[in-house]
Parts: sequence; C-alpha cells; structure tokens
Amino acid sequence: MKARIRVTLKPGVLDPQGKAIQNALGSLGFTGVNDVRQGKYIEVDLAEADEARVREQVERICKELLVNTVIENYAYELVG
Amino acid sequence: MHACVVVFPGSNCDRDVKVALEAVIRRPVRMVWHADPSLPADCDLIVLPGGFAYGDYLRCGAMAAHTPVMRDVVARAKRGTPVLGICNGFQVLTETGLLPGTLMRNASLRFVCRDVFLKVERSDTLFTNRYAKHEVIQIPIAHGDGNYFADEDTLDELEGDGRVVFRYVDATGNVNAAANPNGAQRNIAGICDKSRRVLGMMPHPERLFEPLLGGGDGRRLFEILLVSLQ
Repeated sequence: MKARIRVTLKPGVLDPQGKAIQNALGSLGFTGVNDVRQGKYIEVDLAEADEARVREQVERICKELLVNTVIENYAYELVG
Repeated sequence: MHACVVVFPGSNCDRDVKVALEAVIRRPVRMVWHADPSLPADCDLIVLPGGFAYGDYLRCGAMAAHTPVMRDVVARAKRGTPVLGICNGFQVLTETGLLPGTLMRNASLRFVCRDVFLKVERSDTLFTNRYAKHEVIQIPIAHGDGNYFADEDTLDELEGDGRVVFRYVDATGNVNAAANPNGAQRNIAGICDKSRRVLGMMPHPERLFEPLLGGGDGRRLFEILLVSLQ
C-alpha cells in the first residue's frame, strides 16, 4: 500500500520560500496571487496491506522522521 | 579532559573544531563516526560540528539526529555529559529533542557568512562562565538555515528559565532587527537545555580562534570549557 504524504507549514509560521515564489509570480505578471505556501510531498510504498496497520505505521513514520511537528502539519491518503 | 567530535557524512567543520579544541586542551580529540554505536567511555565533552549532514535532506539535521551514535549522544547528555552543537550541530540537537524549537530558512533566503556580534546573556554556564555578564563578543556565522523558531510559549519558557545564552546584537550590545542576520525569534543565537549542559549555537567559535583569523573571542569558549571540565 502506498501513502501519499503532504507536509505543510503550520498556519502562522513564516514561509520565506513561499514569499519568494509569490514575488517571482508577481514579476512574471501573475496578478492577484494573495499568498503562496510551500510544502513537501512524499510517497512511501509499504509492504503492509492491512489498512489499520498501515495507518499506524505512517503515523509513526511522520512523527519520527518526516515531519517536524514544531512547525509542520501533515496529512496523507492511502492508495493501492 | 577528553573531547569527542561526531562526524556525519557532510560535516565540514569537524576538523576545524578539532584543531581549535586540541590547541586549547592539549590532548588529542577523538573523531567519532556517525555509524558507530557508541562514544568512547571516557568522553567529557561531545561536540556536534558545523556542516551539512546528509546534505540537509528532508530538514537540516533530521537524518543525522537518527544515526546510531546520536542515540548514545542523547543518552550521555541525559546523564550529564556536556554537548556543544555548533551550527549544523545546533540543528541536529533540535531534531533530537534535546533542545526545543527549530532552525528555519533564513528570512532573507540568503546564505549569510560574516562576523556578527553576540551578547552573552548567561555567563553562568560551563560554556560561558568566564565571559562577563552581557559581554558583547564577535563570532562568525555561516548558514542558510539559522532562523530560530519556537512557539511563543516555548520562547517565554526559555526566557523565563534563563536559557537564552547568546543573542544577536549590534556592536554596542543593542538587540534590534538590524542586528538580526537571519530573522531568528527574539534575536536568539544560542540556547541551552534545562541542565545547562547542552548548548546549541549558530555562530562558529572555532572560526575566530586566533588573531590570524581576525580575533580570539571564539577561542575563549574552548578555554572556558577546559577550566569548567578539568
């Protein structure tokens, strides 16, 4: 089973990279870009097929390595 | 005093800090590879050096924090062995949870490499007890991710406990936005843990180690450690 994990900065945490992208979009002529927030997308392919056990594993993977919960949130969906 | 420097793939200040330490403590400093399961038994000081461990993949320090030797570093720190994390070493310490908060991308998005002024906020730690209280010292920084961040409650707790050890200031010791090179919350450049035996700092004391390099304020930190730990 595959986990598609999205890691995003918590609301309120300054995102200088998002700001730089927003500025770049402005200089390319895209108007009306109110805000840009940059995050990470990570796919993890797991041998386990039981959904409950996969969820447990993905939660641990996120909390122990993929996500810094001081500044980041995460969400995921399971496929396959 | 026996000191160890942990070497990760991508560390690049490990030998600089070894040279600086050896000149002061006049004993060989042992280099410990990240994959080693443990540190030497008689290790009185652990240094996590600057660099780009694991190429800063995922987040700065995230991979390094989970290496075999770091399990022993965390265990030793909890038993009272002093740990000094410089730059990338500070990032690793936050990722292990030994120090709170995190180091984010510099607000300017630029890598900043220059001398900065620091105010020594705490001169009662084993790393700083021979600097004068609120002394302004000059130490270089060289980082792209030194923007210290923690939530307001954590920051207030750090301040309340007196665990902010260094703050970015101007030459006369004023804390202001102009003296903040990376956007760090409350101009924080270095913090310690509750035991005051684990210090993380973005500036590099080993880089202002002798007059030939432009000054000696960094050397004093190693001299203080020698006196503290002898």
